[in-house]
Amino acid sequence: MKTKLLGLAAAFAMTLGAASAEAKTKACFVYVGPVGDHGWTYQHDQGRLVVEKELGDDVETAYVENVAEGPDAERAIERLARDGCNIIFTTSFGYMEATLKVAKKFKDVKFEHATGYKRADNVSTYNAKFHEGRYIIGQIAAKTSKSGIAGYIVSFPIPEVVSGINAFMLGAQSINPDFKVKVVWVNSWYDPGKEADAAKVLFSQGADIITQHTDSTAPLQIAAEKGAMGFGQASDMIAFAPKTQMTAIVDDWSGYYVSRVKAVMDGTWKSEDTWGGIDSGMVGMAPMTNMPDDVAKMAMETLEKIKSHELNPFTGPITKQDGTVVGEAGKPLDDGAVLGMNWYVKGIDDKLPQ
Amino acid sequence: MGALEAVILTIITASTPLLLAAIGELVVERSGVLNLGVEGMMVMGAVCGFAVSYSTGSPYLGVLAAIAAGVFMSLLFGFLTLTLVANQVATGLALTLLGLGLSGLIGESFVGLPGVKLTALAIPGLSQIPFIGPILFGQDILVYASFALVAAVSYVMFKTRTGLIIRAIGDNHTSAHALGYGVIPVRYACVMFGGACAGLSGGYLSLAYTPQWIENMTGGRGWIALALVVFSTWLPKRVAIGAYLFGAVWIMGLYVQAAGVGIPSQFLSSLPYLVTIVALVIISGNKTLSRVNTPACIGQSFVPDR
Repeated sequence: MKTKLLGLAAAFAMTLGAASAEAKTKACFVYVGPVGDHGWTYQHDQGRLVVEKELGDDVETAYVENVAEGPDAERAIERLARDGCNIIFTTSFGYMEATLKVAKKFKDVKFEHATGYKRADNVSTYNAKFHEGRYIIGQIAAKTSKSGIAGYIVSFPIPEVVSGINAFMLGAQSINPDFKVKVVWVNSWYDPGKEADAAKVLFSQGADIITQHTDSTAPLQIAAEKGAMGFGQASDMIAFAPKTQMTAIVDDWSGYYVSRVKAVMDGTWKSEDTWGGIDSGMVGMAPMTNMPDDVAKMAMETLEKIKSHELNPFTGPITKQDGTVVGEAGKPLDDGAVLGMNWYVKGIDDKLPQ
Repeated sequence: MGALEAVILTIITASTPLLLAAIGELVVERSGVLNLGVEGMMVMGAVCGFAVSYSTGSPYLGVLAAIAAGVFMSLLFGFLTLTLVANQVATGLALTLLGLGLSGLIGESFVGLPGVKLTALAIPGLSQIPFIGPILFGQDILVYASFALVAAVSYVMFKTRTGLIIRAIGDNHTSAHALGYGVIPVRYACVMFGGACAGLSGGYLSLAYTPQWIENMTGGRGWIALALVVFSTWLPKRVAIGAYLFGAVWIMGLYVQAAGVGIPSQFLSSLPYLVTIVALVIISGNKTLSRVNTPACIGQSFVPDR
């Protein structure tokens, strides 16, 4: 609460300081967490810093951190719009309605909403195909695991999370058809204690590799303690587990942010939907370490194949958990099927919460 | 390491922070003071413990800093409610908000740094005993401290004169004052003890549980500790039972999930709260005893007449 006020005050102070420089394009960001979370918000802020660096004196940026999803978000976004921001990036799924509401009032301001699906004339949406990275770490897990069991710590049963679990499993099955994934839901995006407990439980049930769709570094730290292996989430977490992290899926928004802010400057900005993957650079992988060379080589090959669209993780036919088959042979599922995924692939040792 | 052993070790880690914070608050409430700021004191303990251990490289100095931070916060509470006679409920809530905000500010430069882990302090010989060895004698110092604190509080509170004075002040501060006991000094001491325990509990989170600092990392554990004290009718042994029951049900929920049984995870997440409350209500079923154990003056301000 306090930090939120401080954040708001800071953003306000920054905008006051900027009032004199009229000609500059102003790019503003709304964050759901602290910039120091070393995960989701951290990566968005890294993108903002690149915008500042690349566009130099022509641009000016501001951000508000720790903005709760809900009524607070609307206030924060409106404040930024009023303070003369030309383009506002709202970086959490829960800001969807608030972004649209404010966008209606400020027709001249461009809005960019991350991970959402509702657009307007001045509202674009953007998201990344994180599942591409998950397919690769699934392959690495299946290659390096001795027990043939991976633990997967997850937050909430939304399509993005479910498609990540499926992509991981499909990657693993492409190496070892009998590979097992054990899933534990902690019902939180960020609770180091809960994530650590879940990791301990998964290790004691036979998993020797851990991955997660929650944001803290706790599972990797537990893996390091137990002598197991794991993967980083959202950003490179190698500092927390130098001998444990094999690679990490890294969100890289900088290229997108620079191109969108430039588009505003040039007057070429249009409302659109962007869903970038490894090919666009939006999804990156941290250096492959702590694994045998042949595994790293295989992972890099898969990465190149996904990049060149030779390989799509969701290529049919895919057998669902209930035994039905989706997708035509050799053809990838369409975007809508991936964006709305609410079923498990066969072999996952869990029942999807509904 | 056997499977059951692993389960029990995980339960101990999950229960210890709750137990540490609750046992401190029990003493505070026994003296007639209601400090709702446990969460704020805990989170301050967590950030200061982490900051000091990271800067000095010594987790033990971190533990001391965590205690100091908790005591500092509790002194603030004590000064406002005992000396300036402010409302305890409002001050306690403010203390929680202050702690959450202030800890975020102090910890800003420590977010995302790998911490120093408080290593286990195995007792030579005893920790070699199969099964019970690692569980009882292979823990870190804060787990031993939590066991010792329950025993000590239980003994002092019910077997010594000091305990009698504390309980008398909690039950009827006017009479205790008339008998010549210093209500305010005793309450200050109890509030500080509660602060030390809450700070220690926060330190356990950032030094032993998950050696890192992240804003709001207590995640509501302070409130659970507060509830445990009430539901256990202010008895140390029941606080221990409640804390361990809560930890056990939470961990078992994760096991059930990982085993793929197919019970909804949302239900399993709420189960620890349900089970703990129901169990403590049942063992505290005796109404007369509950009334005897409830500090009659809890939450009431006291101004000594001169």
